This record gives sequence, structure tokens and C-alpha cells, in this order.
Amino acid sequence: MGKLLLKNKEVAVPGEVIAEGMDYLPGFGTYREKEKIIANRIGLLFVDGKVVKTIPLEGRYLPKVNDVIICRVFDVLMSGWRLDINSAYSAVLMLQEASFKYIQKGADLTKFFSLDEYVVAKIIRVSSQNLVDLTMKGPGLRKLDGGQIIKVGTYKVPRIIGKKGSMISLIKDATGCRVIVGQNGYVWIQGDPEKELLAIQTIKKIEEESHKSGLTDEIKKYLDKKVKK
Amino acid sequence: MTYKKRFDGRKFDETREIETKVGVIKKADGSAFFRIGKTIAYAAVYGPRELFPRSKQNPKKGVLRCNYNMMPFSGSGDRVRPGRNRRAGEISMVTEKSLLPVVDLSGCPNAVVDVFIELPQTDAGSRCAGICAASMALADAGLTMKDMVAAVSAGRVDDKIVIDLDYKEESYEGGHVADIPIAMVPSTEEITLLQMDGRITRDELKKAITMAKKSLKEIAEKQRKALKDKYRGK
Repeated sequence: MGKLLLKNKEVAVPGEVIAEGMDYLPGFGTYREKEKIIANRIGLLFVDGKVVKTIPLEGRYLPKVNDVIICRVFDVLMSGWRLDINSAYSAVLMLQEASFKYIQKGADLTKFFSLDEYVVAKIIRVSSQNLVDLTMKGPGLRKLDGGQIIKVGTYKVPRIIGKKGSMISLIKDATGCRVIVGQNGYVWIQGDPEKELLAIQTIKKIEEESHKSGLTDEIKKYLDKKVKK
Repeated sequence: MTYKKRFDGRKFDETREIETKVGVIKKADGSAFFRIGKTIAYAAVYGPRELFPRSKQNPKKGVLRCNYNMMPFSGSGDRVRPGRNRRAGEISMVTEKSLLPVVDLSGCPNAVVDVFIELPQTDAGSRCAGICAASMALADAGLTMKDMVAAVSAGRVDDKIVIDLDYKEESYEGGHVADIPIAMVPSTEEITLLQMDGRITRDELKKAITMAKKSLKEIAEKQRKALKDKYRGK
């Protein structure tokens, strides 16, 4: 019978033996070396039946199909745009994916998206060499006007959104801001200047304490206190 | 036979005091601090990010790029002339080669992971301290790596085999001195760096490596502890 050497939801670091014996199976963030299962990146241990995996805590964004992300236009191409997606790779938004409307060939593309503007887009293709294609056709995919953009860790995004969006709706209700969280770690916030600041502070707090459990309740208390003041 | 006791009173197989910390540079994707005695190393990792010029890109896997730098005031005497020099270039290269066996960059083709190692204060063993810090910073950056890399210097002073030589021992003039920086992957005992200055016999070398392996495992534990401490408490 195999045994676990670390408790569930503990932090595992590279090279650390998580489990011994052939009963357990290595999942994401782990590998098998003979009888042992060893972590190969920093993360929270998660035991799912027989499968041992780690939930990453740190790391750069790696593009994945169907992710809704916030990106910045940094180049205008002959028939499309090149966008920064907060990753090692840049993405291309092609003309036919940019809008439901017909865009004539040779039109001035900066009229649609100009340099340094932010958009919400969805990834439709990722090649083996991590070339990324985006689309703007879909619900909620649009250009972002006003507000401000902050950067958070990619792997903290699930915590910021919370289970079924519980955390993010908490922030939205308390501050009255409009918030969009991109999977790539860009967050767009728009509202009253003071409330915007509170929303940013809250998100930073979540980011810092993302490895804790019972965070939603803690954030709720924190927001209640701040809003009453 | 005049060298009977170490200058700072350590045992022959004892390293200097070690202090480790992770996440010291906020803007970096991963960072670490490693102090061994009076030698201090900071490492910052940026990436994976786009690599330019494109001629340096590798479409099969990501590139690891290390940069070792001693600060101008870091030596124990003269000002260290800043900028590229033969020594720093070589140490950057061996650091890179000692870290590559553990880091898996197949997931980020055409990209680069930059590692910057800065030494504000040195008292021998700086390349080892740099490798230790760099390996912690790489783990902190969330890169896939099968294990940490720990490094320490072993060697001989006169007729004694010692671990972790400081500058006074390295420049000992009463007898032969050998300084052997060793980097190892602790779980597999795979040696990823082995260099030597000075002279040593075959048997002594074997003994030095065995002694170093023991210290290296202790250092690896301290590296892991620092990574865990980042999330503990608070």
C-alpha cells in the first residue's frame, strides 16, 4: 500500500517526494521515478482519488484554446492586429475574426483598434509552436474603453473569480465597479475612482493570499469593513 | 602541516551559515536570495518571454540564458570592474549548463528564460551561491523542473579535505590548495558542475565529492524550506 508523504493542500516544491508506492498515479505537476511520485513545479497538492496532482501557484500564462483574455494591441498588420497577451507569445487577430461587420479591404485598421488599446478576445487556435489566433466574435468580446488595467498572476485568476463567480460578484456588488478578469492575468476595472481603488486593493489581497482556504468569507468581511467606513 | 584548524573555527565538513529567501524582487517572475557566510547572491528570473534576435530562437524548446555579475564593490579589496569579462562570461555559461538538466523548457518553444545573478558581496564560492539562488528563483517562477540544483565548493587546504572554502582558505599560502565547485541534483546525485583550481590526488578528490554530497543535500533542504516559507505564516 502506498502512502502520501504530504498532506492535501500543502505546498509542494520541485524535487519533493509526494507519495510512495504504485497505488498513486502522477497527474499535472508531478512525475514518477520508480516507486516515488515527485513534484516538478511549485504548487498546492491536490489528491483526487488515486491521482496526485499539484495546482500551480506561480508561472507565466500559456495560451489555451477557448480562454477569454484581455489583450493590448501593439501592432497593426496588413490585414489584422498583433496583440500582447501577457505571455511569451503574441497573438494575431485576423480581419475576418475582428467584427461581425464587413470590413473592406484596405480600410484604415486603426479606426477599429488602435495601438495601445485593450480588447477582450477569445483564443480560437493555438499551434504546437504556440502561435495564437484570436476572435472578437462572441458574447462579451469587445473593445475596452476607460477604466484601468491591472496585472495579476495567471494562476490566481481562478481564486479571483471564485466558485461560480462568487468572489468576483462579491467585489462587483461591494464596489459597484465593472470588472472583467482575463484568463491571462489582465484585469479591467471601471467605476468611481475611489471604488476602483478599493477593488484593486481587494484583488491584490486575494492574489497575495490565494493559497489559503476560506478566502471568500475573509474577503467578504474585509469588504464590509471597508465599505462601511 | 601547519593547517590544523579552520580559520573561522568550523569543522572540516561544515558549511558556513546559510540563509535562504524567495520572492525578494517583486517585478521579477521569480527571485531568490542566498547567503553562505559572507557571500551573498540574488537571482531574478524573467520569463518565459519572447527571444530576440530571432536567430537565437530554438523552435524545439525554450532557451535558458544566465547572467552572472559581481557588483563593483563586492570584492574584498580592489573595485571589481563592471561589465563583461572572461571570468563572468565563463561562470554564466557553467551556471546555465548546471541548471539545464533539471529545467524542462519543451513547453515554451522560441521563448527564453532569463536568469540574472547579482553578487553584492563575495567571499569565495560565488558561483555556487549563484547557482543555488538561481535554482530557487527558477522554482519560484513556476517553471517545470524535476528537482532543485544545489551547489557548494569542496577542496583541500594543505593536507585537509574541506567543504565550502572561504577566501582566506582559498588563498592559503602554507601548502597546496584545491578549490572544486560542485553542483548536484540531490535526488539523483547527478553532478552538473565540477570545476577545479589547484591540485589534488584522485583519492582526495573522491573523498571531497563524497563530503560535498552530504552538504549538498542539506543545502537542498534549505532551498525547499525557503520556497515553502513564502506561503507559510501570513
